[in-house]
Amino acid sequence: MLTVLAPGPLTTVQDRGRPAHAAIGVTRSGAADAPAAGLANRLVGNRPEAALLEVTAGGLRVRAARTVLVAVTGAPAPVEIDGRPAPFAAPTTLRAGSVLALGTPPRGLRSYVAVRGGIDVPPVLGSRSTDTLSGLGPPPPAAGTLLPVGSLAGDEPVVDVAPVGSPPDRPVLRVLPGPRRDWLAEAAWTALTTAEWRVGSDSDRVGLRLTGPRLDRARDGELPSEGIVPGAVQVPPDGAPVLFLADHPVTGGYPVLAVVLTADLPLAAQLRPGDAVRLRPA
Amino acid sequence: MFGNHDPVQRNGTGVRVLPYGDRALLVEVDGPDAVAGVRRALELAPLPGQRELVPAARTVLVVLDRPPADLDVAALRRLRPADTAPTGTAPLVTVPVVFDGPDLADVARLSGGSVPDVVAELTGVELTVAFSGFAPGFGYLTGVPPDLHVPRRVTPRTRVPAGAVALAGPYAGVYPRSSPGGWQLVGRTDAVLFDVHRDPPALLAPGARVRFREGG
Repeated sequence: MLTVLAPGPLTTVQDRGRPAHAAIGVTRSGAADAPAAGLANRLVGNRPEAALLEVTAGGLRVRAARTVLVAVTGAPAPVEIDGRPAPFAAPTTLRAGSVLALGTPPRGLRSYVAVRGGIDVPPVLGSRSTDTLSGLGPPPPAAGTLLPVGSLAGDEPVVDVAPVGSPPDRPVLRVLPGPRRDWLAEAAWTALTTAEWRVGSDSDRVGLRLTGPRLDRARDGELPSEGIVPGAVQVPPDGAPVLFLADHPVTGGYPVLAVVLTADLPLAAQLRPGDAVRLRPA
Repeated sequence: MFGNHDPVQRNGTGVRVLPYGDRALLVEVDGPDAVAGVRRALELAPLPGQRELVPAARTVLVVLDRPPADLDVAALRRLRPADTAPTGTAPLVTVPVVFDGPDLADVARLSGGSVPDVVAELTGVELTVAFSGFAPGFGYLTGVPPDLHVPRRVTPRTRVPAGAVALAGPYAGVYPRSSPGGWQLVGRTDAVLFDVHRDPPALLAPGARVRFREGG
C-alpha cells in the first residue's frame, strides 16, 4: 500500500489502456508516454500490464506502508527518498514508512512511478487507466488516497540502471498526410510542416493545442464525424491545430490534416505548455 | 506505404481508402448502410494485424498493429460490403421514453406537425445504432423520419441530463450521462445506457435495433 501525501498538479493511474472498445465510444487511454511507462515496469520486474502512476510536472509525494521496489522514468524529475537524492531510472528500495518525492522536471512533462507488483486499483473494462475525457477508471489520486500494491510482478529485476536520454532541446515530430488534407488550403500543409509551433496552456492528456500561423480551410461545410487516432492533427474552424494524445475522443468532426508517427508520440506527450515544437514530413 | 501520398483511392463500389498515419487506414463509403456492411465484412475477414474498427457516419477507421501496406489498400478497395444482419436477427432494444423534452414543441413546429404527431412518429419507427462516439455508450441512431431531421440548437446547453432523448440532423440519441450538448431534447428515459459492470456495457451498441416506447 502507498499513501499519497501530495499528488502534484495531476497524477493518474495508467497502464497500457483500454483497447477494443472504440466502437462503443470508449477511447484507449493509457500511459501518454508508453515507452517510458514500459521501462519503469521492466525496471521493477513488473508484468507489462501492471498499472503505475503518471505524474504531471512532478510534485508527487507517496509513503510506503511496507518495503517496496520502485522506479521513476519519463520526464527526469529529481527523485528524493526521505529528503535524500535517489536514482532516476533505476530500481530503488523504498522502505516501510519512507517517503518518495518527485521534484519538478527541468525538461519534459510526465514522469512514471512504477512499484513492484503494480498499482492494484479495480480494473474498468479491462484497464486501470484513468480516461480524463470520459471519466472512466479510478479518480485521480488526491492527498490521503491509499493505493493498493498488487502482484503483477515476474522475476526479480537484474538491471541496476537504465540509460535514458533527456527530452530534446528542439523537439521535432514527424508527420504523414492525414485523410482530410484536401479540406485544408494548399498552404496549410506547408505552414504546418515549416512553422515553429507553441504548445498552448490548455493542453492536456486529450491533446496539445498548438499556436502559430492560422491554417485555412479549402472548403466550407461540415465533415461528418469520423474516427480519431493518437497523433491525429485536427484543424477546428479557428485554424489552430490540435494534436491528439492518449485520451483523444473516439470520433471528431473536424478535418485531420496530418498524423504524427507512432514512434514520435512519446516525444509529443512530453511537451509542456509554452514549449516550441516543429513538425516535418516523415 | 503511400509512396505517392495519393489522398483518395476509389473503386467501382464507392469504397474510398484514405491514408491515416502509420497505424491506420480510413475507409470512406456513401452512408450508414455501407458503413455497417464494411464493418461486417472486416469483422468476418479482418486484415492481418487488424486491432480495432471504429465505424462513424460515412467511414470505418481500421486500426492496425503495424504500418499499413499497399496490399491493405488494395484489399480494402476490393472490399464488398457484407450483408448486415437482416431485420429481425439483430438484437431489439426497447427504450421507454417520457416525451416531455424542453425542445419538443420546437421540433413539432420545425416538422410542421403537432407534438402528438412527433411522438407517434418517433415511437412508430425502428431505429438502428449506426455508430458510437461523443461519450461512452452514446449511439447515433438512424431511421429517424425525414421530417424530424432538425438542426442542432444554435446555442448548446451547458448541461443535458443523463437519459435525455434527443434529435439532431438525421440522428436520434440518448445521453448516457449528464454532459454539455447541442441536440434538441424531446424526452427522457430511465434506461441505463452505459454500465461498466454490465456485459456488454453499452445498451445501444452498433448494429442494435431500437424502438422508443411511450411511458416511464
